[in-house]
Amino acid sequence: MASSTYIADTLHRPANRSFLARLRGGDEVSYLLTLAATVTILLVVGLIVTELWMNSQPTVKAFGWHFLATSDWDPNAGKFGALPFIYGTCVTSFLALLIAVPLGVASAVFLAEMAPPKLSNILTFLIELLAAVPSVIYGLLGIFVLVPLIRAYLVPVLKGAFGYLPLFEGSFYGVSFLSAGLVLSIMVVPFIISVSREVLLAVPVEQREAALALGATKWETTWDIVLPNASNGIFGSVFLALARALGETMAVTMVIGNTPRITASLMSPGYSIAAVIANEFAEASGDLYVSSLIFLGLVLFGLTIVINAVARLFILTTTRRGGG
Amino acid sequence: MRFSGSFKNFRCKTVVFAAFTAITAALPLSAQVSLTGAGATFPAPIYTKWFSTYQSIGNVQINYQAIGSGGGIKSVTEGTVDFGASDAALTDEQLANFKTKNGHGVLLFPTVLGAAVPSYNLPGVSGDVGFTPDALAGIFLGRITKWNDPALAKANPGLRLPNIDIVVIHRSEGSGTTYTWTDYLSKVSEEWKSKVGKNASVNWPVGLGAKGNDGVAGLLKQQPGSIGYVELTFAKQNHLAYGKVKNKSGEFVKADLKGVTAAAAALKEMPADFRVSITDQAGKEVYPISTFTWLLVPEKYSDATKKKAVVGFLQWAISKGQDSVEALDYGRLPKSVIAKEEKQIALIK
Repeated sequence: MASSTYIADTLHRPANRSFLARLRGGDEVSYLLTLAATVTILLVVGLIVTELWMNSQPTVKAFGWHFLATSDWDPNAGKFGALPFIYGTCVTSFLALLIAVPLGVASAVFLAEMAPPKLSNILTFLIELLAAVPSVIYGLLGIFVLVPLIRAYLVPVLKGAFGYLPLFEGSFYGVSFLSAGLVLSIMVVPFIISVSREVLLAVPVEQREAALALGATKWETTWDIVLPNASNGIFGSVFLALARALGETMAVTMVIGNTPRITASLMSPGYSIAAVIANEFAEASGDLYVSSLIFLGLVLFGLTIVINAVARLFILTTTRRGGG
Repeated sequence: MRFSGSFKNFRCKTVVFAAFTAITAALPLSAQVSLTGAGATFPAPIYTKWFSTYQSIGNVQINYQAIGSGGGIKSVTEGTVDFGASDAALTDEQLANFKTKNGHGVLLFPTVLGAAVPSYNLPGVSGDVGFTPDALAGIFLGRITKWNDPALAKANPGLRLPNIDIVVIHRSEGSGTTYTWTDYLSKVSEEWKSKVGKNASVNWPVGLGAKGNDGVAGLLKQQPGSIGYVELTFAKQNHLAYGKVKNKSGEFVKADLKGVTAAAAALKEMPADFRVSITDQAGKEVYPISTFTWLLVPEKYSDATKKKAVVGFLQWAISKGQDSVEALDYGRLPKSVIAKEEKQIALIK
């Protein structure tokens, strides 16, 4: 009944009416609603950025962009510089990705391609539970389990084999860039595995069958056909992991040593942007101190955008578009 | 029949509704005054105990959040809490800031005594290590880097200190314990005073940062040769090894309640506003890195019931409340200080 009256109604209306005139129809309403939802999210993000910018004005006026290039962080003397924190954030995140991406993609390949389906489902469930563990627990795990293990087994090996590199020189005191990078890699691996596995499973079965029919082995199919097909999704999962690693606070502050320092050595303690804000914001007094920490927050925001943009540009220019 | 059934139903409902309104109307009569406070983590255990004991005595419910001394000062200045707590006495700037923001001043009430102790991890050394003020300053400035340095060996003739690196551990977040520690170092070392200064959060020349007393203790346990500072109460309750410090009179004192109370007693003149530092006092058995901790109470309350509750609690805390502090390893207030505080309570309007 309703549909026939609707059709009857439309017969009386010309097809090229304005948007507002068409608004009685379901399509236009759903367009507006979903547009409103998207705009709300963008508005919230815009609001955050505006608030951060407005509240960091004292620091911007006092230091300008020089803030990003100085290494001095002395709240007592009123001198603030963001460089050690930017360095620490970048080093720990990249180290985390360096370990997590091969590990994560390999696990995802196993779970999607090689494992029997039942085993795959059980293991995926367990791995996705890892993503739900609070970051403080990872911090405790880091400091009570990982750091002693690293000190006892990993550091002697690294120093023995690569001790001459500036990357591994200096004494190891437990808390360091290396420990923070390792803890972060454990935290971001579930994201990579979970999304990559979904993407690999979504590759059309015809592609696999075509490859196998042409005589490719299982591994050749996976490496040459399935992975390139899924590469866009896998890169997406890596960006998700990178975003988490850049912003991670509690786990990092417990194992990084909280010392603002820029050194090439992974054995030395350091500091990251999220860690310094978490540690010092509650007690920060004085306009310049508080606005410096807020400006650091804005810098983290900008850092995430810049790294994401650079990585996407890199991928755009080096891989052929058209897979997946 | 259906009509009488619904009528009975209606009467039933009115009876239940009337009973409900009567109960909810009666509830405000038994409601407690509720206060909120925020600030230092150091006295949080004793404050929590006090607030729960006092709830039945004074019919006041007090909620306390241990967010740190700086957070306490900030919250009470902005009026988001009814009182604050801080291990560091307010500076002139902070007092003036409070006055401009609120139109009236803030009063400081010392509540208990505490101390910061040098805790270390030295495997194979039995007996407490003694630290001179110069040695402590040298260690935390990064000048003294090995445990068997002559400065330490001279102060500890009976101990064989190993030839391992000193790993300094400090607090990564702003803390009243840091304020006490740096306040002491500023008094005993000119170099520390000019290079680093005293504050809840400073630019440490050397060392690793850990969050909270438990973070410092965790790092200490793991790293042989490490030294850090923790609160006396924390060290005692967690059975951490800590050393002796040489006081101004030349004695090596291991921190305990006696030493802390002696430090407060050695104070010659307590200023009227109670803003005083009792680090580096001279006297017998005085422990030199002791401190008061204060409650920050606004001079004026717009709500009369809140003011009554605060006044009542303060009077209880400095009298009966003091009986329970030593069980939790805090120092009692000296009687002279209590007498002065009673006069200041009268200033709250």
